[in-house]
Amino acid sequence: MRVTPRERTGVELSHAEAINPSRRDFLFLTTGAVAAVGAASVAWPLIDQMNPDATTLAMSSIEVDLAPIQAGQILTVKWRGGPVFLRHRTAKEIKEAEATPLADLKDPATDQSRVQKPEWLIVVGVCTHLGCVPLGHEGQYDGWKCPCHGSIYDTSGRIRSGPAPLNLAVPEYKFLSATKVKIG
Amino acid sequence: MDGHSTYVPKSAIARWFEARLPIVGLVHSSFVSYPVPRNLNYFWTFGAILSFMLIIQIITGVILAMHYVPSAAMAFVSVEHIMRDVNYGWLIRYLHSNGASFFFLAVYMHIFRGMYYGSYKNPREVLWILGVIIYVLMMATAFMGYVLPWGQMSFAGATVITNLFTAIPLVGTGVAHWLWGGYAVGDPTLNRFFALHYLLPFMIVGVVVLHVWALHVVGQNNPDGVEVKDVKRDTVAFTPYATIKDMFAVCVFFVFYAWFVFFIPNYLLDADNFNPANPLVTPSHIVPEWYLLPFYAILRAIPNKLMGVVALALAMALLAFLPWLDTSPIRSGKYRPMFRFFFWIFVICCVGLGYLGSQEVTDSATLVARILSLGYFGYLIVVLPVLGLVEKTKPVPVSIADAVLPPSAAAAE
Repeated sequence: MRVTPRERTGVELSHAEAINPSRRDFLFLTTGAVAAVGAASVAWPLIDQMNPDATTLAMSSIEVDLAPIQAGQILTVKWRGGPVFLRHRTAKEIKEAEATPLADLKDPATDQSRVQKPEWLIVVGVCTHLGCVPLGHEGQYDGWKCPCHGSIYDTSGRIRSGPAPLNLAVPEYKFLSATKVKIG
Repeated sequence: MDGHSTYVPKSAIARWFEARLPIVGLVHSSFVSYPVPRNLNYFWTFGAILSFMLIIQIITGVILAMHYVPSAAMAFVSVEHIMRDVNYGWLIRYLHSNGASFFFLAVYMHIFRGMYYGSYKNPREVLWILGVIIYVLMMATAFMGYVLPWGQMSFAGATVITNLFTAIPLVGTGVAHWLWGGYAVGDPTLNRFFALHYLLPFMIVGVVVLHVWALHVVGQNNPDGVEVKDVKRDTVAFTPYATIKDMFAVCVFFVFYAWFVFFIPNYLLDADNFNPANPLVTPSHIVPEWYLLPFYAILRAIPNKLMGVVALALAMALLAFLPWLDTSPIRSGKYRPMFRFFFWIFVICCVGLGYLGSQEVTDSATLVARILSLGYFGYLIVVLPVLGLVEKTKPVPVSIADAVLPPSAAAAE
């Protein structure tokens, strides 16, 4: 193809190429695509390194001896860097939790769905609002009350009032024996 | 803008250098001959004060980083080590911790000055938005700095602020775990906050350079809000006029700052933060630092978690849109009587929200916080757009010289 002086200028060239795609367009687009994929694949390790690392993941289960916890007591243990409440509920507390109509609840869940044994309530001790640690035996339901923004939980750890949207989370756990439980 | 004089290199070496890198000329035209409106009042000195505060924070911060240990096991102890054992460690740390508060005090004066005199209006929109970016970066930096001593309030603050992200639907919890590097605020969180706390001030420096650059393109606003028409009549040279005035204001500001550092260094700190962080107990009454209180009050005023976080973000983001929310062509509040009335109500709302943010949650306090939050948002999204269309303004002077010089002098010049 004969190149005229006019065609050597950028404007003329791009105008001609817009009508008639050339090898330069092809190279431009494929180079751009490879660069974009390359940038994304390099970016991922830079982002993912901030996620929980192997040691954090490895420490994700603990065993707790329940024998010393008297009825009415709440034991706080550290699991995955935060608190878990193990509450040995009294007969009265169990009855109150079970008798609560679902219609009264912001995040409806039966008490049975939140416990494996009615006398042991095991919940993550982190307020579902902004992550503060609620105080036990406080609030009008004698469950928990969050000191930060006043969310109130009942004896089943269910949210009853305040800004928190959800019930206290129930972690994965299983009873290894009558007095030993494995959390995580 | 053209200055009062231009830089002329005097020696052969200076001429040789200027031909290769004209940086001395740049400094001369920006900070010596730069024309400054002759009617500026003392509210215009906060830019210089802020520059000095930024430099102080960076110098004291780099020094503290030489002695501080960013690990959950050692952070609290290393801060006490700085306070007790490091030579003048107490001074450097008190300068830094109180410096943050005084940095914010100055930035709030600077922002309210801009809002009162309409400094965000055409052609200063980009200048204003750069300022809002600096403000947001300052809040992020201050928040992460507050976490570093790893006391009880540091830990609770880090928990509450990072938990704001859990309000995001679907990905919120994942984002929070990513920020923490675990399932709760812990050692990885502290370590990365330290890294970012060291990085962000230099990003602030970068945006400040853009802010000053934008300022020197469009020129300073002034209390009368009229543009410079005649450089000779309306302006004076930056040096000596603005330089000396700024330095005087910096000195007065530093007297106040030094009073805090030397006499009441812990006045703005929280007693709970003298207990080492304990992830199993949250202090009974958690409060953020004073400069974040109005936003905290807005967050608490809204009963829904997601909406509370949205309102908090909106309260900051709306500031960037001020140039378009305010529909009035008149810049200065001096010539807008109705605007002035609403502006002071807005200031009262901000201060009131700040007070409520520091108090315990009660039904009546929440109600007042809701009313004041309505005032805050109402000013920005209702009052400012409507006011520009309906208010009757006072006559604006023809030029800066006409506004400040007696008629005879203005005519004679």
